[in-house]
Amino acid sequence: MNRQLFAPGHTACVGCGQSLGARLVIEASGPNTIVANNTGCLEVFSTKYPESSWGVPWIHSLFENAAAVASGIEAALIYLGKKDTVNVIAQGGDGGTADIGLQALSGMFERGQDILYVCYDNEAYMNTGIQRSGLTPFDANTTTSPAGSASSGNIRPKKPMPEIANAHGIPYVATASVGFPQDLQRKVKKAVSIKGPKYIQIHVPCPLGWRHEPVQTAQVAKTAVEAGLYPLVEYENTRLIAVRKIKPSPVEEYLKLQGRFKHLLNNPEEIKKIQEIANHNIEKYNLRVTSSEKNLSTEC
Amino acid sequence: MFGPLNVKPGTSRNNKTGSWRTELRPKFLQKDCIACKMCALTCPEDCIEGAQKNTFYCDYEFCKGCGLCAFICPKADITMIEEELKE
Repeated sequence: MNRQLFAPGHTACVGCGQSLGARLVIEASGPNTIVANNTGCLEVFSTKYPESSWGVPWIHSLFENAAAVASGIEAALIYLGKKDTVNVIAQGGDGGTADIGLQALSGMFERGQDILYVCYDNEAYMNTGIQRSGLTPFDANTTTSPAGSASSGNIRPKKPMPEIANAHGIPYVATASVGFPQDLQRKVKKAVSIKGPKYIQIHVPCPLGWRHEPVQTAQVAKTAVEAGLYPLVEYENTRLIAVRKIKPSPVEEYLKLQGRFKHLLNNPEEIKKIQEIANHNIEKYNLRVTSSEKNLSTEC
Repeated sequence: MFGPLNVKPGTSRNNKTGSWRTELRPKFLQKDCIACKMCALTCPEDCIEGAQKNTFYCDYEFCKGCGLCAFICPKADITMIEEELKE
């Protein structure tokens, strides 16, 4: 293990899924890594000036341009002849990836640069006060998509970022979850071993924004996967090579843990719509475990 | 403040976030531990250390008391105890 690449003492909330995800990623990538960070919770809590949690070279420039900054770092490493020994990671939250930073990210994919982009998907702009983002799921209650008599939360479904990344024809795309830390680290290690642009999206529960108890972070992340609402998939050269097989549980198991879906619990019609999203995922990725695959169900 | 702001790596250790704990803290019983390292793997603070069975402990200077280690432990070898109680 590469301990202490992400030192304690950062100012993340109690039970923060993103700090957990960031540590797992940097430990898997190792000390020979350069990180470029988008603005977001991760940037704010890990580098409270004049302190830093990072044990690797780390740079923050603007909200939208971690992918562009990382592109420059990669070009410089090639010029110095050191690219083969150093991993370059660009990372950001879901807003900095799917909304604000999408053009820089798309450019990085299109140029075919050897960078791993990690999106920490906490499903809203948590740093500025829980505004909805492109990756906020359907019917989630946020401050800019409030649930009330006229609406039941966010009216739009989640943006399919892994598919968008995949459409660029890049060599590796995966989704992961902090509920399955070994699987997450395996995917990061695999990604950094592949040459070319890579994209990993990590589901990171946010106790503050999702309004659950800090101790439930791992449980919430796991139930999202087990309900089929966050399928763990792996693409290589745009071909689906692996999914995490599940025995699907009803989406209520996931919704009832969180305050942001509390308004739905007396509204079976809306729950039905969310169940349809889960069913669609299960069918699309063939997530359901079959009897002959039971022994393999622990593999991704 | 203009220009690049540079800081030394790992300096966040000056922040003793252990003072954030208000109610509960983890107690590592060190009895049934099987060294699966799930507690160290799921700690958002990276303040749990250990290598062999029954050697895992947590640095209370940084532990924020989220309780994820106690939740994830498959052998229930970590319990959350009241902050005031002695060991």
